[in-house]
Parts: sequence; structure tokens; C-alpha cells
Amino acid sequence: MGEFEVHRVRFFGLVPAGVRCLAYQPRGGRLALGRTDGAVEVYNFAANYFQEKVIPGHEARSVEALCWVTGDRLFGAGLGGEIAEYDLSRLCVACSVDGGGGPIWSMAANSSGTQLAIGCEDGSVKLFQVVPGGIQFERNLDRRKGRILCLSWHPSDTHIAAGSIDIFRVLDVSSGQTVQRVMVNYHVHKVKRECIVWSIAFLSSGTIVTSDSFGRVQFWDWERGTLLESHTVSTSSVLSLAVSEKEDSIVVGTSTGATYQFQLLPVKMGSLEKRWVRTKPFQHHTHDVRAVAHSSTALISGGLDAQLVIRPLMEKMQKKGYEAALRKFTFPHRRLVSCARKARLLLFQFSQHLELWRLGSTNETGKDGEVLPLCRMPEHLLQLKSKGPEHIYCSCVSPCGSWVAYSTASRFHLYRVQYENDSVSVKKVPKVPKLLLPAYQLQFSTDSDNLFVASARGSVHILQLLEPGSCKHLHTYRPPSECPEAVYLLAVSSDGHWLAAVSGDWAIHIYNLKCFKHHCTVPTYDCAVTALAIHPITNNLVIAYSDQQLFEFSIPEKQYTAWSRTVQNQGLHKVWLERDSPITHITFNPKNPSHILLHDTYMFCVLDKSLPLPDNSALLMNQSTLKQLPETARQRQLHAFKICKKFQPLLFADLLDENCLVMVERPIMDFKTQLPLPIQQKKFGT
Amino acid sequence: MAALCESFTLCGLGPSGGVGLGGGLLALEPGPDPDHVLLTDRGRTATLFKVSDQKPLGCWSVKHGQIITCPVVCNFETHEYIAVHDDKVLRIWKNTDINLDKVFKATLSADVYRIHSLPHGGPIVLFKGGGVRTLDVLLEAPQQEIENIISDEVIKWSEAFMDGQQPVLIFTTEKGGDFFVYVQKLKMNSLHKYKLEQREIPKPLIFTAYIKNQIITLLCLYSNDSVYKVLIPLQQNSEEEEQILCKSQLLKLSVSGSVLKGTSFVVLDKNHIAILGSLAAPGEESKECLTIWNTKFQTLQTSKELPLATSGQLWCYEEKFFFTHGKVLTVIMYKCETSSLAAAVGKHKDSQTPDVSSFVNWNTLADEELVVSFQSQQSVVLKSESKMTLRSKRNSIAKVQPDTLSVGQILLNLKDTSTTVFEDELRQLISKARMPDFQASIGCVITALINRCKTNPKYYPRNFLLHIVQTQDLSYSLCPDLMAVALEKKDVHLLQICLQRFPDIPEEITYACLKVFLSISEAYLQRIDVNLESVICYIDIEFNNKEVKTEIVENGFNAELEQETIWNTEITKDTHLTADGSFCPVGPQKAALLNAVLHSGYSEVFLLPHLKNLPAQQAVLFLRYLYYLYVKSSEKINTALPGIRSPTISQIMDWMCLLLDAHFTVMVMLPEAKELLSNLHKFVRAQVRFYSELNKIEGSLRELQRLNHQKDSQTYSIEVLELI
Repeated sequence: MGEFEVHRVRFFGLVPAGVRCLAYQPRGGRLALGRTDGAVEVYNFAANYFQEKVIPGHEARSVEALCWVTGDRLFGAGLGGEIAEYDLSRLCVACSVDGGGGPIWSMAANSSGTQLAIGCEDGSVKLFQVVPGGIQFERNLDRRKGRILCLSWHPSDTHIAAGSIDIFRVLDVSSGQTVQRVMVNYHVHKVKRECIVWSIAFLSSGTIVTSDSFGRVQFWDWERGTLLESHTVSTSSVLSLAVSEKEDSIVVGTSTGATYQFQLLPVKMGSLEKRWVRTKPFQHHTHDVRAVAHSSTALISGGLDAQLVIRPLMEKMQKKGYEAALRKFTFPHRRLVSCARKARLLLFQFSQHLELWRLGSTNETGKDGEVLPLCRMPEHLLQLKSKGPEHIYCSCVSPCGSWVAYSTASRFHLYRVQYENDSVSVKKVPKVPKLLLPAYQLQFSTDSDNLFVASARGSVHILQLLEPGSCKHLHTYRPPSECPEAVYLLAVSSDGHWLAAVSGDWAIHIYNLKCFKHHCTVPTYDCAVTALAIHPITNNLVIAYSDQQLFEFSIPEKQYTAWSRTVQNQGLHKVWLERDSPITHITFNPKNPSHILLHDTYMFCVLDKSLPLPDNSALLMNQSTLKQLPETARQRQLHAFKICKKFQPLLFADLLDENCLVMVERPIMDFKTQLPLPIQQKKFGT
Repeated sequence: MAALCESFTLCGLGPSGGVGLGGGLLALEPGPDPDHVLLTDRGRTATLFKVSDQKPLGCWSVKHGQIITCPVVCNFETHEYIAVHDDKVLRIWKNTDINLDKVFKATLSADVYRIHSLPHGGPIVLFKGGGVRTLDVLLEAPQQEIENIISDEVIKWSEAFMDGQQPVLIFTTEKGGDFFVYVQKLKMNSLHKYKLEQREIPKPLIFTAYIKNQIITLLCLYSNDSVYKVLIPLQQNSEEEEQILCKSQLLKLSVSGSVLKGTSFVVLDKNHIAILGSLAAPGEESKECLTIWNTKFQTLQTSKELPLATSGQLWCYEEKFFFTHGKVLTVIMYKCETSSLAAAVGKHKDSQTPDVSSFVNWNTLADEELVVSFQSQQSVVLKSESKMTLRSKRNSIAKVQPDTLSVGQILLNLKDTSTTVFEDELRQLISKARMPDFQASIGCVITALINRCKTNPKYYPRNFLLHIVQTQDLSYSLCPDLMAVALEKKDVHLLQICLQRFPDIPEEITYACLKVFLSISEAYLQRIDVNLESVICYIDIEFNNKEVKTEIVENGFNAELEQETIWNTEITKDTHLTADGSFCPVGPQKAALLNAVLHSGYSEVFLLPHLKNLPAQQAVLFLRYLYYLYVKSSEKINTALPGIRSPTISQIMDWMCLLLDAHFTVMVMLPEAKELLSNLHKFVRAQVRFYSELNKIEGSLRELQRLNHQKDSQTYSIEVLELI
């Protein structure tokens, strides 16, 4: 097939923020995740754990707790002292209310979804009523000294357990009085350290489960205030705790990165007496596990090492297989890198700044696997700092490299970049048109004349870029029927004729750019779109879904192509379908129209449509086998998927020209070294 | 454990399309390549399928009015297909042929019963009259006369095998309630006829057979829902007329009250058979199911209910079952792993000695024992032995004595008979295949023998005992007195075999063996036949035969020792050869016996007290031998000695430690041990140093590896990637 010159880039210094809190919503199969930088993400378990929504963070808005209320409303509260409701279709904060008690450490919703309780720095527990369109302060419960670090409602909504330092309390919701106060450090006489109750859970049986900084998980009878059971699981803190819906299993996370499962098991076979037993230890994290959640079939944990780990419980699975596989997510399921093909520039998006790099070059050629000597080193051209507390939603560099655009929640910025010999000058384009912000995706046209801005309510704005550095709003495309969801992916054809836009409801609309009208809608496929692109020659739209299916849709003919039908008939290879990270970028090789280039976090693939699809008995990753075969024998072994797993974790891959690729890697170890040190543990032999 | 895996449909069988046009299937035969099968329906058509693709590759039909009368087979050598239609007309064609009318045709002079095609033997044609021809012979003169062998008997079933190079055809016939088995060896042109032992009611319904080690095992499903096994040895030289075959029950097809009425069955492996049939519990409607049974443990391993009707036929190729289910031909894959009780409880024995099974095989022994007795003809040691067994075997086939007497009774009867009669009877007893608790009976036989030995001190059936121990899967607990008597008689060969084969020898006996082995003189051992396979590969026999005790030899082995301790060389140079470990301190026979001890299992706690009683001289000799083994095994980088059942380095080290522990004070005091201990110490020290050097190298290598990685961790590089 051919040799590529690969620019292997490892200087994208992305450090994903740690996971601060998790909230699992069992009905919708969605997991909300709050990061230490204030970003909130929603993972859709039904769509193969796709990270379907990302609400970028905000400097002043930390997220300490997340709550799902009445199924689909998501609330967050943080040390900023405000309770915010998130708009999941517009991906921003819909409204926020000041808690009135200083920094908020914890928040919990009651089982009926009518009230929210928050635990504040000043030691108060406050109740808020959930009303349509927001929340209203209801009243204060009994206030005592000491910040409330954790809260849990009794399933009957009559009592609230609140954990603080050295103690936890039980509050009566109707009277607002403290009805029980339990000292948790009572049993530790000698140590004069304070004991922080990090997490608490109120079971329907009246048992309260606490996890504390002494590494204990304790079970209490709240009415008598007596300790029922105590398990020391760690020498350091047990930071998080979650109970399964059936209340027969508990997962706890510790500051050593270990998680443990507790199960309520009969003392003997067939016995009615049950006890909590520590059953399974897991060590998936290297840093604090600040958040855990318990779905009906899996233990979910998130750590300060930025990893989200979903560990299915084997006993809950019908069969051993793909469904039962462990999932680990470290990197976002979307693209943070954009590439100016012609100018050979890379634009890296960080939470509050952008970096523009020029790639190096070489004069040499070589054989497979060789590292070529560089004649020019890569160059860091520019760093653009976003002003204000808001984090960046999206960014893009134009193919010619002379335009850079980014958007935050409330502002849109467009820059004109000029290169003169060795110096780079940046000029901000003044008076950008007032658009409906934020923008969720930015995309320049191939000729760098237009900029497409994905916006809320399914709309896409088109801006015309004018020399020497201005722009004007040309048109706004809207879907034919009303759509509340924002557009999150865009694809433009290279002839400037077509635009495809995917909104949060996974509908793909195609617009005709020449006559400014809606062209057609791709037949609905009930799964999240993870990437799409339009072929430069055939104008076929290639779509990758989160269930790893691939479709090819002919825009001119408004139907799936014959090849796409063949793929659906024959089915994709089992190994392909069982990959666990979504395709995040698709591109094409104009010189080789049958090739589709795609990648996910762990592989780069050239899909050659002219070759037969592999069946399940064939080896999918056959590159290394092929390399050992003589030329003549290769022919029979060839199949459409040419997969390279050399570059991992792969954040971005693109084709610069015919046989030149750029691969942006972020080795896990590189960013782990930038995380705060985990608790030192003595390892045997060190 | 056997298990049924996923199933899929190969093709429809309905009248509307598919195969068979509603008539059902005649048979399924393997196709020319793996994963291909040939379907013949009860009509005019044969279809070739690729199983994994579930798709037909070819389909051939005879003309209207003609009918295919025997399953179409594939000639594996020529990749041609052979069909017979209208009983007599032979058709042969290739893949490329389309119209069967235009292919090779030959009209035969007699009706064909079936054609069997063997992978390396070519097709064999069985005629309804019992005549057999290979296809080649037949095609030379298609109209040749075919003799009628079976007169008015009717062929019920036939099967063909390869016995080494020659094809063997077996078929069963029936006449008036009697069943006969014919075995035809084509190359030798010999035909044997047997009558199947028959006692009134239960009649054989279905047959299947397999061949192993020149014995055909015929399995018959009888009308009383039991599977019986009949062994037919192929090496028959007598021309006796109509021998009678005895059957032994293998399996009763009942599970907790419900009975399986089998309609078809196949053999999967040594221990598993699959049966298709209907399972009927009293008072319930019967349901058809496919079942896999373990014949070793007599258990139903797995079953699958088939709610839609089947045709009662079952075929099995390449780990797949084929059967009709409803209106489709269903394929089920299966897995069949050898199951053993030991595997089930997770105590599978070391795979190094797989031939020695450490558990009692209650049911599979029968044919294995036969095999052994046939094979042992080649063995020089047991020549006379096995001949006798053979004769008695034939007797037992011919006599058909109803063995109503239990083993205990027989043994009781034999108590006072003469030695020769006694042995003969016992031989017969153990060569019987059909005893239900065979293993226990063997134990009784040995006990009887041993008791006789005890009462009559002159009597010791050395060869007979050896034969039993070698051929049966015994254990110490089954015949506890055997080793004691052998120790008394100093029958070291028997002891060696016992040590190798018994899994449960008490430490006391192990120690007693060790003591006997060490004390026995080399001269005596040289006259005795001992199995030398464990020493033959590393011991220097020539050298050992010389009397070298006083010779002074330069220290040969161990370069490190020499290099490191130069000041030592002067001393070691004039040491006794016996003390430096480079030559074996014992003869090969004794070494082989000691290896058997090293190889047997033990628990330190129980062995140590006994080992303390070992006389000092013997302890030193043993230590010397262990030291020799240690040096020998250190010569090679993998520290393993060559040969079968040679001791491993850890066994050597464990025994050495144990011996030193047991005799610590003695060793310190004993002047002759001084030299040995000092050499041993030096050698161990040298080894320790050597390994610590290796440790250092490992560190450097790791550092190199790390540096290699560092190169990898540059932040930017341009690399060449080739995608094919």
C-alpha cells in the first residue's frame, strides 16, 4: 500500500483534570462526571460509554457534587457557594443560585426529587425546593460547628445523615433538629488526629455507612448511635463511597488508588443473617479515588489521575465477553487538536489557552520503522491565552494557517496570524458578529474563506473571512424541524458545496452551501456519532458511530452507498466492533480515493474500500504478519483494514499530504509525572 | 468436560427448496477438504457444503426415475465423487462436472450396500452379499462376479478403518435374531466371522466402532438402553470358525429415572460418546435430545433438547454434530476435553509423567490392558508372559463361560490349587474385560498372590507381579503388602517400577527402598535387570565399570571454580575422584534405582525421622551421588538432566538439604565426609558467585533497555511507517 512519513508529535502537554465527583442516573444509563477544573461531562452507557456531552469548566466554579433530579435534570454545587443547574442541550449553566452558607462541600437530592440538601462550610444543612426552571431556598436545618463534607438522605426522605469532622449527625427533615450525633473518632484514643468523615450513606434499614480519613468503613445503627461493624480497608483515607440500588453492595475508593467492594452476604449458606464482607479489591488508579458510583452491573470509579474506570461485576453479567470487559477512559472522546494541512501547523487546545506549533521537516527517506534525521525542529509559534475565567469550548486553525478561532461560553475570538520570515504576528479580528454563543465546534472551509460555527438549537452559522482581517456573518443554517440540541460535530466538503452537522439528538443534517438550504437528513441510526467527514472527490459522507459501526452516505444521491450496504450485510470484524474507544477523526487521501483514514485513542487505521472486508476468522490486526510474508503471499491475506497500533494514546492523526501523516500522542507517563504525587506507599523491596 | 457449543443451520430440508426435497437425508459424508461435507438425500441429489460458510458449493442429481441408493462419498486421493444409483450403477465425477448423465458410468453385477472412502486407503465397496472390493479392483472389471458370503444374513451396519497401511472393513449382519460380525482385511484378503454373544431379549440396535492399537472396539446400543462394548483384536492368526464375541456393559442410558432411547450414536473420543435419542421419564412425554456421555465416569455430561423432531440420524465430523432438526440440518459444535477426577478437583499430576495415571480408571482399563498385552509381544522381557496372555485371551473368547462367580469366590476356590493352575487362573481373571469393579479385583488378585508368597516363602512370581504392576494402574493403597514383600525379596526392579508408578507410597517405604538400594552391592545389581532410562543419557557407563577409586585425576569440570580459587586447585588436584562430583560414585543400575527414589513424592516432615536412621556410610554415598547429579545438572544452562524420568534440579536440591539436615552431626564428625562437604561447599559458593554476577549483568542489561526507551521518549520525531 505504501510508506508514510509520520510526524510523531509528543509535545502536546495536555493534562486531563482529575475526576472530582460522579453521579450515575440508573434510569437513563447516564453518568455525570465532574472534574477538578469544573468541567462536567456526561457519559451515555447505552451508546457504548460515549462521552456525549462536555460542559467546559470555569475558574470560579468548582464542582464538588453532582446530582440527577427527576431523571434528567443535573445539578452541581461547589466551593464557589452556588448551586447550578446545567442545560444539557445547550451545554452550559442554565441558572445558578447562591447557597448562602459559604463553600458547598456536598449535595444530595431526596428520592422523590423534590428537594436538594446542601452541606456548607459554615456547618449548615440547607434545603432547596426543586421547581420547574430552577430551585428555591426552603429552609435551614439545625446548624452546628464544622463543615458538612457529605450528605445522604434516608430513602424515605425523613432523615438526612451529614458527615463532618470527627462526627456525623442525623437530622430530622420535618423538624429540622439534630436527632443523633455520633463521634467517629471515639474508638481511637491515642491518636490526636482529627477524623474526617469523607463520605456517608444512609441505608433504608437505618444503617449508616461512613468512610473516614482513618481508612475505615463503618456501619452504624443511627437510632442507638452504636457501631455495628468496622472494616479498616486502608492505612490512608477512604474518600468515597457508593451503594447499589438494592443496597447489597458498596464500593469505596481510597487515597491509595485502590477501590474495594463490600457485599452483604449471608453468614452461612442459606442463613438469613447477613453481614457486610469486603469482597473484591481493585487497583485501577494511581492517585486518590475521589469519586465512586455503583450501577446495577458495574463499579465506577474516578480518580485524580483523570481516569474513569468502569468495572463490570462478573456475577451480574449474563455471559463473559465484551460486555464484561473493563473500561478505562483517560482522554476526551473529542478532538482537541486541529491541523493546518497546507501550512503544517498544529493547534492544541488547553482548558484556558491555545498553542500553535509548526512541524519540523526532514530531507531524508528511509525504510519502515526508521527514525529520520531532522533538518528543522518543530517550532512553538504562539500561545494564545484566553482572558477571563471561562474555559475554551472549541478551537480551530484554518488550512492555510492564517486564521485561528476559538470560543468560550460567552465569547468568540477570531485571530489573523501572519508569518513573516521567522516572526509571527497575531491580530485580533475586531467586531466579530454577535452570534448565539457558545460555539460547540468550529470548522474552516478548505479554501480558508469561510468559518462554520456550530451553535445551539441545531443551528450553524457561516462567517465569511475577509482580508486583511475582518469577517462578516453570511448565513445561519437551521434544521427544518425545531431541535433543542446543540450541534457538536461539523464536516465540510472540500469543494465547498456541502456541510454536514450533527446535533446532540444524533440527527445528521446536510446543507447545500451553494444555495443556502437544507439538503437532506441522514437516516436516523440510534447511536451517537463520534466522527464524520466528507470525501473530497465523491462527496460521500463517512460516519463513525459510538458502537463502532461505519456508514458511508452519498450526499448527491441522498442514500447509503453500495459499499456501506456491503459493510452492513457482511458485518464488521468482531475485533473492530469490540474496541472500546470511539473513532474521533476521519480524513481522506485525495490521491487514493478508496482510502479512508480514521483513528481512535489506541489505533490508526487506513480503510481501503477496494479490498475485501475481513471475516471474523481472519486476523484483523494483520500488519505485522503481512510484513513477514513474501510479496506474492501477501495478496491473499490483504483485507480492507490496515491498522497500526504503534502510536498510543493517540489524540489526533491527520494526513498532511499524499504520504505524510501527523500523529499526536500523549504518553500516559508524561502527564502522570505532572500530577501531584500520590500517597507514598512502601513497596516491597524499595 | 464435554460441552455443546453454539449451533447454526447448515441448510433447509423442506420440500420448498433446500436440500432433500422433503425426503430426508440418506447420509452425510466428509467432503474433499476440511470443513466440507457431502449430503446425500433419499432421492436423487447429492450436495457439497462448506460448513463454516453455510453455503452449498455444488449439487448433483441423477435423472428422474433413478434413485441414489448409497451415500455419495469422496475419493480423497483423486477428489472425485462416487455415487451408486439403482443399487448397481456406479457413477464417478469431479467437481467440474455438472450433468451426472455424462460422467463415468459402470454397471456392476451385484447390489452395492455401501461405499466407504478412507483418507489414505481409497474407496472400498461393500456389496449386499458381503463381498468387498476396493474401487480400483472393481473398475478393472466392473462386471466381475461378486461372491455371496453371508447367504441370507442381512447387513445392518458397516464401517471401514485404516489399520496402519491396510484398510479394514467391519460389518454386522443379522439372521433370525442372531448377530454376526465380519472383519475383512483387504490387503491380506482375510475374512473373520464372529458371532455376537446373545442372551435372549436385548438385541443390538445400532453399532459404531473405532480402532485403536490394532483392536476394534465395537460399541452396540442394545434394546435395553445400554451401550455394550465388544473388543475384536485384529491380530488373529487362527482360522477358527465363528468365534463368539463377549460383550461388556459400558454405559446404561438412564438419568435419574428417565431413560434415553437412542436412535443414533457416535464415538467422540476415548471417554465420550454422543447419543441422539428421546429421553423418556415415566409418566412424561418423551423429548428428543442430543446427549454426550462420559463412559469413564458413566455420567451424562451435557444434553440439548431438540423440541422439533429429528430424523434420528446423527453424524459427527471435525468436532461438529450434524443432525436434522425440524426442517433444517443443524450443526452443533462441541468441545470434548479429557476429563478426570483429578482434573475435576484440580490435582492433575505433573505432565512430565502423563503415562502413569495416578487414579483408578474404573472402566477404561479393559481395552488398555488388552492393548498392553498385545504390544508386549515385542518386549523381550515379557515375551513368554504375553504369549500366555494371548492364549488365555483366545480361550476366553472361545469359551463364553458365564462368569457368575465373583472374584472373591474364584480366589477362594483357587486357594489350594497348584502354583501353575493358580497363576493361569489369575491371568485369565485379570485379562477379562467385563468385570464391573475391575480395579478392585486386581487388588484382590495381587493380595491373593502376596498371601501365597507369605505362606510359601519359596514362591515368588517375580515376572507375573512385574507384569501386573507395569500394565495396570495400581496404587500403594490397593496392594499395601506388595512392596513389603518385594523389599523382603530384594526385588529391586519391581520396587523401581512401584516407585515410578505408585502415587501414594508412605515415606517409611520410600526410605526402606532407599536403604535397600544403597546397601545392595554393585556386583549383584549388574546381574539384575533394572530400567536404566533415567540414567542412560548422562551417566558415563564405560568409565564406571573400571575400578577408578584410587586413580588420581585432574579436576575436570567447573571452570569458575578453577578460575576463582586458584589456591584451591592444588588441593583439589590430588583429591579423590569420588569426592569432586565429576564421576558417578555408583553404578548405573544403582543410579537408576536411586533416581526412582528421588522421583517419588514425599513429605519432609514424615521422611526426615526415617532418614535419620540411614547408616552414615550410606548417607555419605547418597550425598556423593546427589552431589554428582548436582554438578551434572549444572553443566547445562537449563540445569536439567537429559533422559526420561531423570531427577530435576529441585528434587536433587531438596533431597540434598534433607539429607544434610538429617545427618548434620554425623557429616561433621565423619572424616570421609569432610572432603565431600568441602567440595560441595566450594561448588555451591562458586554457583552463588556466578549467579550474583548474572544479577549484575541483568542490571546492566536493564539499564541498556531503559536507555533504549529514553530514545523513544523524544517529544518529536519523523518516522517511516509502512502499511501493507
